[in-house]
Amino acid sequence: MMPLGLRAAAVSLFLLALLLAAWHLATLPAGGRQAVSDEYAKLVGAAAATGQRSAMPGPLEVGAKLLEHLRDPFYDRGPNDKGIGVQLAYSLGRVLSGFALAAATAIPLGFLIGMSPLAYRALDPFVQVLRPISPLAWMPLALYALKDSHASAVFVIFVCSMWPMLINTAFGVASVRREWIQVARTLELRPPALALRVVLPAAAPTIFTGMRISIGIAWLVIVAAEMLVGGTGIGYFVWNEWNNLSIANILVGIFAIGMVGMGLDQAIGRIARLVSYAE
Amino acid sequence: MAFLKVEGLAKVYAGARGRPDTVVFEDVNFSLERGEFVCLIGHSGCGKTTILNVLAGLETPSAGAVIVDGREISGPGLDRGVVFQNHALLPWLTVLGNVAFAVRARWPEWPAARVRARAKETLAKVGLAGAEHKRPAELSGGMKQRVGIARAFSIEPKMLLLDEPFGALDALTRGALQDELLRMVQAARQTVFMITHDVDEAILLADRILLMSSGPRARIVEVVENTLPRSRTRADLHHDPQYYRIRNHLLDFLVSRARSAAATGGAPRLVRPGLEGGEVASASEPRERSPRAATNAGVRGATVVSLHSNA
Ligand SMILES: Nc1ncnc2c1ncn2[C@@H]1O[C@H](COP(=O)(O)OP(=O)(O)OP(=O)(O)O)[C@@H](O)[C@H]1O
Ligand SMILES: [Mg+2]
Repeated sequence: MMPLGLRAAAVSLFLLALLLAAWHLATLPAGGRQAVSDEYAKLVGAAAATGQRSAMPGPLEVGAKLLEHLRDPFYDRGPNDKGIGVQLAYSLGRVLSGFALAAATAIPLGFLIGMSPLAYRALDPFVQVLRPISPLAWMPLALYALKDSHASAVFVIFVCSMWPMLINTAFGVASVRREWIQVARTLELRPPALALRVVLPAAAPTIFTGMRISIGIAWLVIVAAEMLVGGTGIGYFVWNEWNNLSIANILVGIFAIGMVGMGLDQAIGRIARLVSYAE
Repeated sequence: MAFLKVEGLAKVYAGARGRPDTVVFEDVNFSLERGEFVCLIGHSGCGKTTILNVLAGLETPSAGAVIVDGREISGPGLDRGVVFQNHALLPWLTVLGNVAFAVRARWPEWPAARVRARAKETLAKVGLAGAEHKRPAELSGGMKQRVGIARAFSIEPKMLLLDEPFGALDALTRGALQDELLRMVQAARQTVFMITHDVDEAILLADRILLMSSGPRARIVEVVENTLPRSRTRADLHHDPQYYRIRNHLLDFLVSRARSAAATGGAPRLVRPGLEGGEVASASEPRERSPRAATNAGVRGATVVSLHSNA
């Protein structure tokens, strides 16, 4: 019997092959028959409608496009023609700076809220009202106030990654086991040492869970934000390819978004494992 | 002058919205001599942990004072090492890290190597050499409790406070740990205050046993002197007829008298089961009968007097 991990990998590969095969079959050339409805055929012209190729690219075409992008990911030929690597780097830069700013604010603030019942009660209404606001709703305000699309995108990321980190930090700090605090007190630890050497390591796993949720949301939001403000970034890339009617490029963009998102999540997951502990 | 003195201690929790206050215990008086091992026995919920937490400085009493070494305590301190009811190890640190954490707090000026050496040495004393780099989650219950004891011991406190340290262990492990604790305590001439619900454990370890009535309004009703020789061991304990007298006395108290005893006011009675036909009035007690009377009979007498004067 193969180990579970190997069996799971085999099933995954099988599912992938199945998916690709179905995709391939569904997008095979339609052999002269009209493949789309009459109205659409009129719109796009008979040649496109009955032509050798379906309008939806197949896996081979998308794969070829992907390879093409991977071969030269970092070219830059003007504002509307940059390599996918360059676009991803812009998006990553925004996400990471917004996220870092949010972490630098949310974690100390969450610490304060978690430590002090007064701060918790005083700040709770703000958090309750601000949290459900879609981060994109801030975009016009940010554009007006900051007068810069890049800074506005970073601000939107800052706002959306703030809440999970804030709430998790406060929760993690507030629920540090009482006896661990008591141990520290019997050893006459001063408040800074108590915070740094007991509360922080005790709450670290919860804080990292918040960071993981935040980076996930940030990566979701950046695509929408860049579609909105345009210029650069993977969101803009996808939107631009829609304007170019290049479905293959859109699919490559979508695939890249998924891969980078997974990478971000795994990266934080790795660090989280270093600070996790079993009780 | 007693090393630790507890005077008129009470703990009251205010009742929520018009409900009457809960008086957990009141008018609790007792004292410990330097180098003495005292056990506190009482039913679950009578307030034993609360008393220990007050001694540790982790909780403030509603009334009364605790005086250690001539000074009233005002908070937790490194002079009192605490072993918690559920070991309370820091799970993100290794075994060595947990003990070093305490050593570092006690001697902040020590270099890291000395802190580690000290921690290792204490762990070896509780038989954990070789397990230094394990995490608490990888330890058995007995090993965790050993780490807790090593942590409390490593800082060389003036007194040890133990809250049912072996409560969750099987009989075999418990026995081994009791022996170890006794060995360490005697070697260091440590003053110990320990909570237990195990009568045999108390007879094996304690010089004196405080009996607490059931709450609410719990009090320390009796102080039972252990009249067995201090050289007693777990192996020969049950061959001594005196052991059964003490044991029966303690069990009688827990089974029948603990609940009714709360109402009777006044100072705790000093009892020496099996001698002088059972219970001896504390004030007029001839102390020479006690096998260990030679060591601290004088101070015991003083204890009794102070208990009376406080009542
Ligand atoms: N915040 C509180 N409000 C009201 N009563 C409380 C509060 N905290 C503790 N008590 C009461 O104080 C009493 C003593 O609790 P404590 O933990 O000291 O008992 P214990 O003797 O150590 O019990 P056990 O043997 O089960 O450990 C309990 O009856 C409990 O109900
Ligand atoms: Mg208790």
